[in-house]
Amino acid sequence: MSIEVDGKTFETDEEGYLVNLNDWVPGVAEVMAKEDDLELTDEHWDIINFLREYYEEYQIAPAVRVLTKAVGKRLGKEKGNSKYLYGLFPYGPGKQACRYAGLPKPTGCV
Amino acid sequence: MSDTKNFMFLNRRAPYGTIYAWESLEVVLIAAAFEQNVSLMFVDDGVYELTKGQDTTGIGMKNFSPTYRTLGDYEVRHMYVDKASLEARGLSADDLVQVEWEDWETEESVDNIVEVVDSDRVAELLDESDVVFSF
Repeated sequence: MSIEVDGKTFETDEEGYLVNLNDWVPGVAEVMAKEDDLELTDEHWDIINFLREYYEEYQIAPAVRVLTKAVGKRLGKEKGNSKYLYGLFPYGPGKQACRYAGLPKPTGCV
Repeated sequence: MSDTKNFMFLNRRAPYGTIYAWESLEVVLIAAAFEQNVSLMFVDDGVYELTKGQDTTGIGMKNFSPTYRTLGDYEVRHMYVDKASLEARGLSADDLVQVEWEDWETEESVDNIVEVVDSDRVAELLDESDVVFSF
């Protein structure tokens, strides 16, 4: 599988995650969101950027629980709950946001 | 919660060369979701798993040592390291990564949950655990 971003082809696995996370450019998230009929707002980007920073530092995608707590701490308590995150990423913040961010699927996610 | 158990993950092997260290870490990450009391113990070559400055470029494997530093976020409260195993390898606490723990609601925090313990304490801790996973 693959996706097209600005005329460039990016290889993805059978679930749509980028095969090579170093390939990631913001356009990857835009194209993936468009396929899901989702318009990315600054609130989405806050989460996507957080995920990329977290991965850079710890080399894994965070579990949803960890993501929720971290978002609450960084972006304000009113955003640190699953309702807010599912509102942004209806397919699940772990799975969907990680996919947009070019990260592998979080450990423990089935 | 009354049905919370003390889980101990016993790590005794070098981080690379076999899959044990990484598998153990993955199970720890998953166990965190079940709200149990999770602790880790590092003995024998397992102490190498926590050493700082690992570089895996020469062996073509992913360097997963940075992942240990997020275990505090996964509600791991204790990471014990056997003192004799460290000393036998010419290592000390200064050679090991530090892992912070913080309760994000109460803002209670611990700077470093990695603790070097002697053999008697290792035995005691294993004895106190309800479940020991050995890797």
